[in-house]
Amino acid sequence: MSEHLLELKNIGKRFGGLVALDAVSLAIKPGEIHCLAGENGSGKSTIIKIMAGVYQPSDGEILIDGKPVSGMTPAQSVQHGIQVIYQDFSLFGNLTVAENLALNTLLLEGKRTVNWRRVRELAEKALARLGVTMDLDADVETLPTSGKQIVAIARAVMADARLIIMDEPTTALTRHEVDALFRIVRDIQAQGIAVLFVSHKMREMLEISERLTVLRNGKKVAEGPIGDFDEPAITRAMTGHDLTDQVYRWQPTKGDTLPRLDVRNLSIAGSLDDINLTLHAGEIVGLSGLIGSGRTELALALFGMHPKFTGTVKVDGTGVHPRTVQEAIASGLAYVPEDRLTEGLFLTQSIERNMLATSIDNFVRGLFIDRSKTAKATTSMFGAMQIAAPGPYTPVNHLSGGNQQRVVLARWLLTGARVLILNGPTVGVDVGSKAQIHRKIRELATQDGLAVLMISDDVPELVQNCNRVIIMHRGRFVDEIGPDVLDEDTLNDRLKALK
Amino acid sequence: MTLFRRSEFIIACILFAAMIIIGLINPAFWSLDNLFGLLRSNVIIGIMALGVLVVMISGGIDVSFTAFAAAAMYLTIKLMIYIGYEGVFLPFVAATLIGLFLGAFNAFFIHTFRMIPLIVTLGTGSVVRGLLLGLVGTSVINIDKMPQQLIAFAKTDLVSLTSATGTNFGLTAMILIYLGLALATHLFLRHTMAGRSIFALGGAPEAASRVGFNTRRTLFFVYCFAGALAGFAGLLHGSMIWLANPRDFAGLELDVIAAVVLGGASIFGGRGSVIGTLLGVFMLVMVKNSLIIMKVDTTWQRVVVGLIIIVATALTAWRDRKKLV
Repeated sequence: MSEHLLELKNIGKRFGGLVALDAVSLAIKPGEIHCLAGENGSGKSTIIKIMAGVYQPSDGEILIDGKPVSGMTPAQSVQHGIQVIYQDFSLFGNLTVAENLALNTLLLEGKRTVNWRRVRELAEKALARLGVTMDLDADVETLPTSGKQIVAIARAVMADARLIIMDEPTTALTRHEVDALFRIVRDIQAQGIAVLFVSHKMREMLEISERLTVLRNGKKVAEGPIGDFDEPAITRAMTGHDLTDQVYRWQPTKGDTLPRLDVRNLSIAGSLDDINLTLHAGEIVGLSGLIGSGRTELALALFGMHPKFTGTVKVDGTGVHPRTVQEAIASGLAYVPEDRLTEGLFLTQSIERNMLATSIDNFVRGLFIDRSKTAKATTSMFGAMQIAAPGPYTPVNHLSGGNQQRVVLARWLLTGARVLILNGPTVGVDVGSKAQIHRKIRELATQDGLAVLMISDDVPELVQNCNRVIIMHRGRFVDEIGPDVLDEDTLNDRLKALK
Repeated sequence: MTLFRRSEFIIACILFAAMIIIGLINPAFWSLDNLFGLLRSNVIIGIMALGVLVVMISGGIDVSFTAFAAAAMYLTIKLMIYIGYEGVFLPFVAATLIGLFLGAFNAFFIHTFRMIPLIVTLGTGSVVRGLLLGLVGTSVINIDKMPQQLIAFAKTDLVSLTSATGTNFGLTAMILIYLGLALATHLFLRHTMAGRSIFALGGAPEAASRVGFNTRRTLFFVYCFAGALAGFAGLLHGSMIWLANPRDFAGLELDVIAAVVLGGASIFGGRGSVIGTLLGVFMLVMVKNSLIIMKVDTTWQRVVVGLIIIVATALTAWRDRKKLV
């Protein structure tokens, strides 16, 4: 028996002329928690697919239990005990938890008929191995993300996994859920199963991983036991340069008393209870809390999507009551939704068209669109936002997550918004882009005088960018951490105190 | 599953409510004569609906099956007359196979070229109808030319009664074929891996192939199944009405789809059940039948069917969205 469960030796992968992986070696021991870090485009996905048997390496060797394996198919990879949990979990939303858990086993056994009692038994066994309980008869699509993830992990464990590869497992989870996930991961580790986290969230990886491998541009740039690394070291390895970790703190200007946004006694029956909020020009205020705390509802109410609220909203001293999104935009409010892919962008359309989508009325002359004016605006915005693309005519689905987020920001800048509400501004964005987006948001606040409300679960992000952080719980503002006491530990403690 | 069961329960409740209302307006509704007639009208639409149900669960749609039904019916009967064949069993096998073969074309185009099922089946349906009328014939085969064995077979009654006015009426035995097929489809969907693969494909196609389902086989099965049932239903229809009209079934696809949607199947795939479909078919047939009894013009029936599709789809969409919250 070899020391390593899986060993990749000098793996290279080329797609046509493009080198995706260049002599990458990676070794995973049985029962270890290993982290593979890297930015988008660093070759992480390619290496996952090679381990899953989806891609064949162009060079190098794969060893499983010390024996070389060549031409591995996805089915063979599964037989060797390698299970990949992709970001979409590959679950069946229309089927029950029980069936989702049992399907793999039934398929593997080559069954032709379904014995529903056995399906339940298999599912119960699978959940018992993780030490969790769950309604077996619930349809998977009714579960929260964390629940779906547990089903996906249980399913992988069921398939006699020896190595579970998890692609960005913490992206859509709150802090509580991440803790729960880590408990489960340690539990399956105790059962001798190795776990490979593929992620760019260094902090969480530092918490749980034992060993770390960092990829950059298809090359391995660092590896070792986790003790050898700290956050800046990983960031440096991932991005190739130091990122400024400077904290932004807004300084109130004297005399300027009129707030950009002034919300008084805002309530919505059943979801929001007496919200009072004042945002000044240049201020970035964080808003956090558990999913379902009402923070998204607040954003939607301000943005005209919950018109039945009570209370007053003033933008620059003018009372507004947005009943539609159009009214909200006209009164200077802008909202960048959580899921920019489904809620914010027209993926097959060009960067230019996406940028203009909400402000096109400003570029109309008579019945027609003033092409020279739009071209001028979008070209300058394209440059200002530093979007990495051949030009403003590139379709948005060709861009990375970070660049897509910039397109969304650019769109709102073009509307002349004065209050910007961001919901999870850097979810699914890699460290390098994240820093650039943060810089952009600060510029918007300082140079353009916007007031920014940043809804986020990302504690470092809140601490770095926000002047103060408000914590919401069950539709109310329950806590506010001011600039003097705002640091990561305080914020973490206060968030953990929520139940 | 509880939610699933609940939507069938709701459909059943609506159905009973509708029956009571219709019975109040027109007491003749509850006569055995009328009820037997209703059940008889369920048979053809119902068998076709089982095929459409399976297609819709897989995430697809089929609008070509009525053309296949017409082709299977007309070709089989033409051939029977031409060679003077006098049996019942083999013609039904032939009609089923014709439908199955045509269904395979649908699956081929949808799978090979990743085409949208609606477009493919609109196309194949049109081609099959055109070829049937252009190459095979346009003349209606009347009762005097129809194979008598088929008519005799379809005349079989389970119960025969004589009404007060002295006319004979009965419950057709064809309802047993329909219910038998429904039971088989139910057992297949619920208790076989192949059946579950249809739900998996309709729920998450990418995941279905990752888990190891043979999605190509599932897709072919689904469209062949719909074609086969349509072919079978086509010949049965001809036998029951004693004539074979190559232009038959035009526009019926909308009724069948309406019935399936009414039965709670999701137009987006992944959801649907045989019990729901049986109820949906019964409801649709009952509504149309009542419109006829109330002497509503047939043009207005189209309006009703259209509205049923829209309302039923809206309700299922609303149900599915509520569940996500």
